[in-house]
Amino acid sequence: MGDRPSVSVAIVGSGGAGTLTAGSLLLEAAAEAGWQGLLTRTVGPQIRGGEAAALVRLATHTVECQPDQFDLLIGIDWLNAHRFGAEIEVGPQSFVISDPRGGDLPPNVAAAGARIVEMPFKNMAKAIPEGRANMIALGLACRLLGLGVDVVSTLIEKRLADKGQAAIGASLAGIKAGYDAASNLDFGLRLAAPKSKSTRRWLISGNEAAALGAVRGGVRFAAAYPITPATEILEWLAPNLSKMGGVLLQAEDELAAINMIIGASFGGTPALTATSGPGLALMIEALGLATAAEIPVVVIDVMRGGPSTGIPTKSEQADLNIAIYGFHGDAPHLVLAPQSVGDCLFTTQWATYLAEAQQTPSIVLSDQFIGQTRAAIARPADVAFIGQRLKVTNIADAYNRYALVANSISPMAIPGTRGGQYTADGLTHTEQGTPTSSASDHQIQLSKRCDKIENFNYGDHWATIEGAGDFAVITWGSLTGAVREAISRAAQDGVEASLLAPRLLSPTQPKRFAAALAGKKRILIVEQSHSAQFHRYLRAHYDLPDNVQVLNRPGPLPIRAGEIHRAIMEWRS
Amino acid sequence: MSQAAGAPKISSLADLFAIAYQIEADAVERYDLLADQMETHNNPELVAVFRDLSRAEGIHRDEIRRLAGDIDVVAHARRMAKWNRGESPEEVNLAAAHYMMTPWHALQLSLAGEKRALEFFTSVVETAKDPKIKKMAEEFMEEEAEHVNLVHRLLRRYPQPSDSWSQDHDPPVSQE
Amino acid sequence: MSIVDMRVAGKPGDYKSNIKPIWCPGCGDYHVLMSFTRAFAELGLPPEQIVVVSGIGCSSRIPAYTNCYGFHGVHGRSLAVAAGLKLSRPDLTVVVASGDGDGYSIGGNHFLHACRRNIDMTYVVMDNRVYGMTKGQPSPTTEPDFDTALSPGGTGLRPFHPLVIALASGANFIARCFSGEPNETASVLVEAIKHPGFSFVEILSPCVTFRPDEVEWKSRVHPAPVAPTNDPGKAARRIMTDDGFNIGILYRGDRKPYQPAIGQPSVDPAELEKEFEL
Repeated sequence: MGDRPSVSVAIVGSGGAGTLTAGSLLLEAAAEAGWQGLLTRTVGPQIRGGEAAALVRLATHTVECQPDQFDLLIGIDWLNAHRFGAEIEVGPQSFVISDPRGGDLPPNVAAAGARIVEMPFKNMAKAIPEGRANMIALGLACRLLGLGVDVVSTLIEKRLADKGQAAIGASLAGIKAGYDAASNLDFGLRLAAPKSKSTRRWLISGNEAAALGAVRGGVRFAAAYPITPATEILEWLAPNLSKMGGVLLQAEDELAAINMIIGASFGGTPALTATSGPGLALMIEALGLATAAEIPVVVIDVMRGGPSTGIPTKSEQADLNIAIYGFHGDAPHLVLAPQSVGDCLFTTQWATYLAEAQQTPSIVLSDQFIGQTRAAIARPADVAFIGQRLKVTNIADAYNRYALVANSISPMAIPGTRGGQYTADGLTHTEQGTPTSSASDHQIQLSKRCDKIENFNYGDHWATIEGAGDFAVITWGSLTGAVREAISRAAQDGVEASLLAPRLLSPTQPKRFAAALAGKKRILIVEQSHSAQFHRYLRAHYDLPDNVQVLNRPGPLPIRAGEIHRAIMEWRS
Repeated sequence: MSQAAGAPKISSLADLFAIAYQIEADAVERYDLLADQMETHNNPELVAVFRDLSRAEGIHRDEIRRLAGDIDVVAHARRMAKWNRGESPEEVNLAAAHYMMTPWHALQLSLAGEKRALEFFTSVVETAKDPKIKKMAEEFMEEEAEHVNLVHRLLRRYPQPSDSWSQDHDPPVSQE
Repeated sequence: MSIVDMRVAGKPGDYKSNIKPIWCPGCGDYHVLMSFTRAFAELGLPPEQIVVVSGIGCSSRIPAYTNCYGFHGVHGRSLAVAAGLKLSRPDLTVVVASGDGDGYSIGGNHFLHACRRNIDMTYVVMDNRVYGMTKGQPSPTTEPDFDTALSPGGTGLRPFHPLVIALASGANFIARCFSGEPNETASVLVEAIKHPGFSFVEILSPCVTFRPDEVEWKSRVHPAPVAPTNDPGKAARRIMTDDGFNIGILYRGDRKPYQPAIGQPSVDPAELEKEFEL
């Protein structure tokens, strides 16, 4: 059997089995050896000991979503694994390795027609002093996929360096046991050789990439309140901002966090917070203040299942409404959405640059899927977007903070600048910044803030536009990867479809959107929201052709490339 | 509470001049502030009253400066003419202001201020050891006594208002 | 600019803007504004080096009446704004102005944490024991039997004792003043601003419109009978047993202010991606 350009492995286990560690090591070993790939995790509701699954997809090329079905499913045990349901699908072409003493197969796995091979993980682990079943599973997976045991062994030595030689020895023994046990199995799951290792590659999560992008964009102050699934952004920023001479402060709540970053930004320091839906809801009032007082801030919302507390550990794309329309009054501001793990770096850096240039808030809509996915990717290109707000230094005459100027971006006096004293205010104000209730001042300032962001030149980054033909698939955020894969499969089936994924959601880009849709006769909209928020947004702001279909579903299950592909094929015919 | 309790110490003629100057300068600022308040709160009659009082105090202030001759009262006052307890005698009671106050009320405040100033200089006269200081303090004391009489005369123009002077048929307005 | 130049005592007038306050004539806040400008003049700081941060309420209007930089934010969040500002700009002098509603009700949580964090700033709360701006509702310091439209007959609730809360939460300087004594208040503000860490100054400031009964405060206030202490236990006993009208500096602590080092990077920015490199 020929080697495969892409192979996917799901490892399931519970009760401290170390499933996620095994998956993480598998990805890292493959990445070190030159492959690309991604790892997502799914877990039960417990804090420790819960059921967990590591979902790994490895390839010789860029992959940005999980497969429709997993090629290999390794069940260290099946306790409560039925909860994962359709998140882990297998089919007749799949292989399932199962411990006969690990409980019953989940119903969807048992009924899938996959080939099932038994492996007594528990007993094998017992045979090794301090042996762990997850290391056996890891060794097994490495052998089946064609990864050398040396790469993973080096990783183990590094990872467990502080746990002592006994732990390292036990792990290496487990890996060897799994590796050896696979010698009789030939599933045809060997990965094709990786491309040249001369391409610089990173192993990084979306959250880490976003945090790095913020720092590159100039952020030097962060204040935040921990919330799943955004906390890793803060964990990366805490030491790294400090290395850059900045600081992260943990706030007492999100109300404090957003106001803290507004304070820091007022003082001249580009500032950021990261949160999820419930936190963003708390921040809305202050974001209106930042908009009205023209103070730049960046808020990353790593979207999760909503509404309310929702499903904190799962992804969804249902914060579009609150991000764009959630402020009271008319408060136009920037909303952007990264499209992949690597794009989290670019989009957050760009969002920081835009916020500073336009003296307004940027909301970056990431989500749990790309935020917490760890991926081996080509190193993203450096970009020159660095936050640089327009400041005023030499003030000869009376200073008007909100002066009307040609491009509506008034120079800002940073505290400490003599002669620039003004009071930033959420009250409607005159050009000087003095509170007013006059009709003309209100109209003037509203128009100024609207023109400011609508007339800005966003260049080509506002959207990803690929392909040609009269059929377009429109999506946004983390679904871009799955749509791209679906379009590529459709192309193999002789059906041409183009991709349009806006990165800049607010302000809207009517002319450019119309140009992108010119000649399109059919549209398929794909989004992960129960009420189809993106579809409604498109209809509200853009002209769409008559033939529009929507493929939408709320979380927690990702929308698969296969489903999108089927929808393209059905809609096409 | 005795005015003298928080008053700055007078150790020289320059000190006395500086304090006398400051008392009037403070009065000018206080009446200006009240005039501004009345202007913002649409009480033009009181704007005129307070501006007049401010102007009068300004004349007294400038006269003291002239009398002081070579002494740089402004600089000297800035260095030492500070009341540590309460306010200086002619800083009329801000807490007693009211947006619907009448000239009678303003003059009552002014009268109290002049009386306090008179009391202050009287105590300086009584306690001063240096004859030059004592003599000058007497002049200031007499001047203040004249001011008291002047305010009494002005008050005769304005009857005490009836009890309903502060009644506003409109309720307060919430601005935020 | 040399330190000597910066330290020349200014005139209070240098710190006033030409914007006329909307406060009712008779409002204690006029005196508080005077105390601010006198204190700033005494400290001799250039106006552009001072930021007055406020929330919402009558007292929160004060920033625009000064000639310093000002921030008039949303209700209850001024301490958070100030924390972000001061941590990222430790060179500035940050004064936070609030009222009993803005500071103790909606801002209550931030008050606790601001005291705990002990960032170097001065928090001035103009307490008039009522919500003035919104026409007279009770605040957390209103007496339990004070009749209002939203609480007929009075709330029946025991008022907060903000000085006790400040002490318990870690404030490094605690004082109470009375607006009717602007010079004394100015002196206390000078001390508060100079004292490192979180300084809390509550200024009793009568509301002439909704609490005309507070005119009697000027007879009820009295200097604190003992000198300030740096012993939290002693301070707790005193503050918990005071009559609410003790004026003066009541506690002066020794906690080190919270200010992480900021400024120059300690690594080359290109180092940050090394942990991701394969």
